[in-house]
Amino acid sequence: MSAVENESGRGSARAVALASSLGRFLVIAITTYLGLLAVTFFIGRVIPIDPVLAVLGDRAPANVVERTRREMGLDLPLVEQFYIYVKNALSGDFGTSVLTTNPVMTDIRRALPATTELATLGTLIGALFGVPLGVLAAVRRGSIIDQVVRVIGLIGYSVPIFWLGLLGLVLFYAKLQWVAFPARLDVVYEYTFTPITGFYLLDAAMQGQWDVFWDAFRHIILPASLLGYFSLAYISRMTRSFMLNELAQEYIVAARAKGLSETRIIWGHALRNAAVPMVTVIALSYAGLLEGSVLTETVFSWPGIGLYITNSLQNADMNAVLGGTIVIGSVFIGINLLSDLLYRVLDPRTKSA
Amino acid sequence: MSALLDVEDLRVTFPTRTGLIEAVRGVSFSLGRERLGIVGESGSGKSQTGRAIMGLTPPQARISARKLAFDGIDLLGISPRERRSLRGNRIAMILQDPKYSLDPVMSIGRQIVETLRTHEKVSKAEARERALAMLEAVQIRDPKRVFDLHPHEVSGGMGQRAMIAMMLIAGPEMMIADEPTSALDVTVQLDVLGILDRLVSERGMGLIFISHDLRLVSSFCDRVIVMYAGKVVEQLKASELGQAQHPYTRGLLNCMPRIGFERHPLPVLDRKPEWAA
Repeated sequence: MSAVENESGRGSARAVALASSLGRFLVIAITTYLGLLAVTFFIGRVIPIDPVLAVLGDRAPANVVERTRREMGLDLPLVEQFYIYVKNALSGDFGTSVLTTNPVMTDIRRALPATTELATLGTLIGALFGVPLGVLAAVRRGSIIDQVVRVIGLIGYSVPIFWLGLLGLVLFYAKLQWVAFPARLDVVYEYTFTPITGFYLLDAAMQGQWDVFWDAFRHIILPASLLGYFSLAYISRMTRSFMLNELAQEYIVAARAKGLSETRIIWGHALRNAAVPMVTVIALSYAGLLEGSVLTETVFSWPGIGLYITNSLQNADMNAVLGGTIVIGSVFIGINLLSDLLYRVLDPRTKSA
Repeated sequence: MSALLDVEDLRVTFPTRTGLIEAVRGVSFSLGRERLGIVGESGSGKSQTGRAIMGLTPPQARISARKLAFDGIDLLGISPRERRSLRGNRIAMILQDPKYSLDPVMSIGRQIVETLRTHEKVSKAEARERALAMLEAVQIRDPKRVFDLHPHEVSGGMGQRAMIAMMLIAGPEMMIADEPTSALDVTVQLDVLGILDRLVSERGMGLIFISHDLRLVSSFCDRVIVMYAGKVVEQLKASELGQAQHPYTRGLLNCMPRIGFERHPLPVLDRKPEWAA
């Protein structure tokens, strides 16, 4: 009777603890987001680009310039400008892009899924191959496998991605014809296919258009493998060092003394412990890819966020640049939050803290 | 008394950059269903002796022995798989500090169940029941609660009881306890020792108790082996420790403070190279 009460009491205590830590997370996220808005607002005011000039050009008469300035709210006090800025940003209004004449949000809604699809596939490839390789390298430390993983990692660290990308295109597209040319889809599908979410693989699968799916796959696989390779290089190295650290712990000796198999010790105990810091590593590498890899997107003509921001920057399209920065920043905050939460789920020691 | 464990001329050698290091150099003893203490200072090879019997020596080390037999099984002659099936099942080991020797991300109950289910085909429910009973046997008052706790949520004494439960659940016949109480508070030490002692004698197990604490070993064990520089320098009954012959043992005994006797300065241990020869 008392034991039952005890257990339910414990359960609700846990729930309260979880709720309070969730609340703390939210406060942190909101503060960070406000900081991000403040920084972008500040940058927008100090850079020597006149937004009025960018819209009207330098031959507009003075009274038009004055009227536009008032219309854009640039004559208001800074505090009020910031208030409007935050209000607009929260409702997803980042103004209009001078370059594309679309609302910035519309552009981003098109570019971000392209980048996200690429980054997600890249991270999946990186983690699915990187973690086991890192584990093997740690378990067979000093062996051929360890050396091979080290060389793979070294190449991943030191070779420029655009060079490897071009090489990949020459080999797999031009020579072997295994993959499709740089773009998201073949031109035929470009006009017949209507995306829903913007993730083409997902959209095609949901609509049952398997020819489109296959085509999108042939387009994405090379850039995704490339990004995957680079995150694999990082992830495998980190996994190896985390695993070596765990395998040297006393609880591994105890697990052996219990008579557990090596498989169980490595994957059930050591990797389970190494997974805690690995979450952060993989999340950071994913967030890094989500910023948009300008070089990869350029080489593969991938209409992603990196390419969008770079183009905007070169054309002094500040609304687009700042809007893009805010969106990327928010994604970064979100991923960090998620990895923090996952960290808490994986490591029981953080719950009571 | 039939010998549970027979050790003859056990040697453990580590290759290092500067040459071979012999951690254990020809140790011989036998163990029945009794409590045998192994004492010695740091680096005397007492822990490596225990690990060599368990088969937990690092892979780069070389082990040789004229005889290393547990219950008639030649431990060096059987396959690693057969060796593994003995560990935790018929020979178990308790490590020094529960803070490090329990997996921090796995609940205590699951760690105990894991030992049992590795060696016996039992259902999950039955394994849980037996783990709870085992927790009760190591005098944990609220086994159901402790079952779901993680190692960082319990005290050192409770952690070490959980360790004992984890190692005893499959019913081993021999236990090697490597400094099982050195990391614990003095007040808790006796509790844990008491539990260990009771379970070992109830189940008629053989116990090898490795420690640097001569007094503890002499009060707790039937026989004592004194090791120095990888060798056994003296073997004697615990009750006869006072009549130890070897100068090293006498030196160790001499270092112990006694009530009523001021010792200034404390005696320094004599270490003669010929003892190690």
